[in-house]
Amino acid sequence: MNIHEYQAKEIFREHGIPVPPGEVATTPAEAEEIASRFGGGVVVKAQVHAGGRGKAGGVKLASNAKDARKAAEKILGMEIKGLTVRKVLVSPAEDIAHEAYLGAIVDRANGAVVLMASPEGGIDIEEVAAKTPERIFKEEVDARYGLLEHQASRLAFKLYPNDASRARQAADIIDKLYASMIDAGASLIEINPLITTESGELKAIDAKLNVDDNELLRKEKIAELRDVESEASEEVKARSQGLTYIKLDGDVGCCVNGAGLAMATMDLVKYYGGEPANFLDIGGSSSPEKVVTALEIITADPSVKSILFNIFGGITRCDDVANGIVEATEQIELGVPITIRLTGTNEEQAVEILEDAGFSAMTDMDEAVKKAVELAKN
Amino acid sequence: MAIFADSSTRVVVQGITGRDGSFHTRQMMEYGTKIVAGVTPGKGGQKFDDEVPIFNTVEEAVEETGANASVIYVPARFAAEAICEAADSGVELVVCISEGIPVLDMLRATRYVRDHGSRLIGPNCPGMISPGETKLGIIPGQIVEKGPIGVISRSGTLTYEVVWALTQAGLGQSSCIGIGGDPVIGTSFIDCLEAFENDSSTGAVVLIGEIGGTDEQNAASYVKEHMSKPVVGFVAGQTAPPGRRMGHAGAIISGSAGTAEEKIDTFRENGVEVAERPAEMPKILSKVMNG
Repeated sequence: MNIHEYQAKEIFREHGIPVPPGEVATTPAEAEEIASRFGGGVVVKAQVHAGGRGKAGGVKLASNAKDARKAAEKILGMEIKGLTVRKVLVSPAEDIAHEAYLGAIVDRANGAVVLMASPEGGIDIEEVAAKTPERIFKEEVDARYGLLEHQASRLAFKLYPNDASRARQAADIIDKLYASMIDAGASLIEINPLITTESGELKAIDAKLNVDDNELLRKEKIAELRDVESEASEEVKARSQGLTYIKLDGDVGCCVNGAGLAMATMDLVKYYGGEPANFLDIGGSSSPEKVVTALEIITADPSVKSILFNIFGGITRCDDVANGIVEATEQIELGVPITIRLTGTNEEQAVEILEDAGFSAMTDMDEAVKKAVELAKN
Repeated sequence: MAIFADSSTRVVVQGITGRDGSFHTRQMMEYGTKIVAGVTPGKGGQKFDDEVPIFNTVEEAVEETGANASVIYVPARFAAEAICEAADSGVELVVCISEGIPVLDMLRATRYVRDHGSRLIGPNCPGMISPGETKLGIIPGQIVEKGPIGVISRSGTLTYEVVWALTQAGLGQSSCIGIGGDPVIGTSFIDCLEAFENDSSTGAVVLIGEIGGTDEQNAASYVKEHMSKPVVGFVAGQTAPPGRRMGHAGAIISGSAGTAEEKIDTFRENGVEVAERPAEMPKILSKVMNG
């Protein structure tokens, strides 16, 4: 789960990481009011679950409250990577003498949390990593002991080798960043940039935190940070039923059990000359209700011209899926042709259920995909 | 012969009385797996289906029955601890089917398992099957056939699709291992490749990957340097959207975007042939095995 910058900063504040003040506005008038209270120049930043905000024009400096209003007018309602901006964060503009990068991630290759720091922070950090990897410093955390003080200190002195005062501040921030990560159940946490002000103070002026979805059951406070409004509504609906749905640009609506098979099905749609309209994984133990929801979501997408079911029964029972399809078509008008492929657990019962309801079922994946692609072209 | 588990493997099921645990225990017994014990804390002394003794702890189960492998079906919030308990009780092979375990818990659990000298497969995986010998997990027994192909996969149903295509084409399997789709897992592609290379019953290996991470790329260089047996790959997710990636740490740590295209290219550069679709796998396998 993604959370917004202002929410991540709140977590930082709770852990004692220095963060500039800031307030959230949902209208230009609010942004103006907040800016006038802060006085002086402010920065207005889109709060949206997409990377590359700055490059998309979602971050603007304003020298006074009136300008802040104008900046908010431009940013609110703007689309960044398909998501509409509904909130902006207004913060006093900082004087910046230096920008560093601090981050921590679960490194799958080593099975450990790795902390990373670079004295070359800012929006081009990935380029720094690619071209001058020696400018990225790392510390691997042993899960048995957690982050040790000397590791934080070592990383901090890599950032500021000639400035013990800043290095001590940084070591403290690194320690608190790791604590924030563990407390929030984050799989990624980032400060980019970690600035040094003209007076030599370190501050986190941006914050990113991705929460591991598997933590949400035991971290209720973090789960409450979910901003349903900022997510695509079909994706929210799918999640409420235990489905995973991602909208794409094509016209073949796909409904599959298992993420790997779902991706392979989409690839095959493309291989046979079609374009998938979505990724939709109905998951393992699929009840008829899940299938009904899946069909509701797919048929609500006006670009879908043909629907494809691809089910390999294991834990998922084919007869459950068949019952779901029949139930759904009694409630909603599909409006487009449907191609059903199912094989595996309770395949015979499923075929019977479908045939009784006037559908036909296939067993070969390639044949089914070819047919669904053809039907989308008619 | 097979890798990791065969007909002599003695299995304890952790969470044997749960909904999934009981269903799949029956399926495993039907397949011929030696289920020697079950564990459900508080139900020690009872019997599962009048047959399998249930214990309160894995330690007791191991002492009483000589179990040397475990399969875990417990709910996510107990699963990391169940893995550690199995390792602490001397179980050599721990297969964790449970999904939804927080990754920070898995960092500790994988370390714990390694320190105790056990092997963990999973979590969030379909488990493994050595056709004609034993199955630990949920891979449907009717889609496999004994034979010379080793199968390694990160996914569940996609594995079934590929294995079924192999079986229909007369290409049986030595062992099929679902290593799991989570970021932190116990057994990697490379661990399985090494085991298949050393297994006399395996003639070729199928490696089923997907987008994300660099496991496939690492596996590809391992194949080039250490494998004499042919390996054929498949990567799902060529049409997956690039997404609205947040943060830079992922790209910095791996130096990779983890796309299907990058993985396929790395496979080919390292001499791993790639099937473009699951149904193509048998044809390519036959070619590389006879060539």
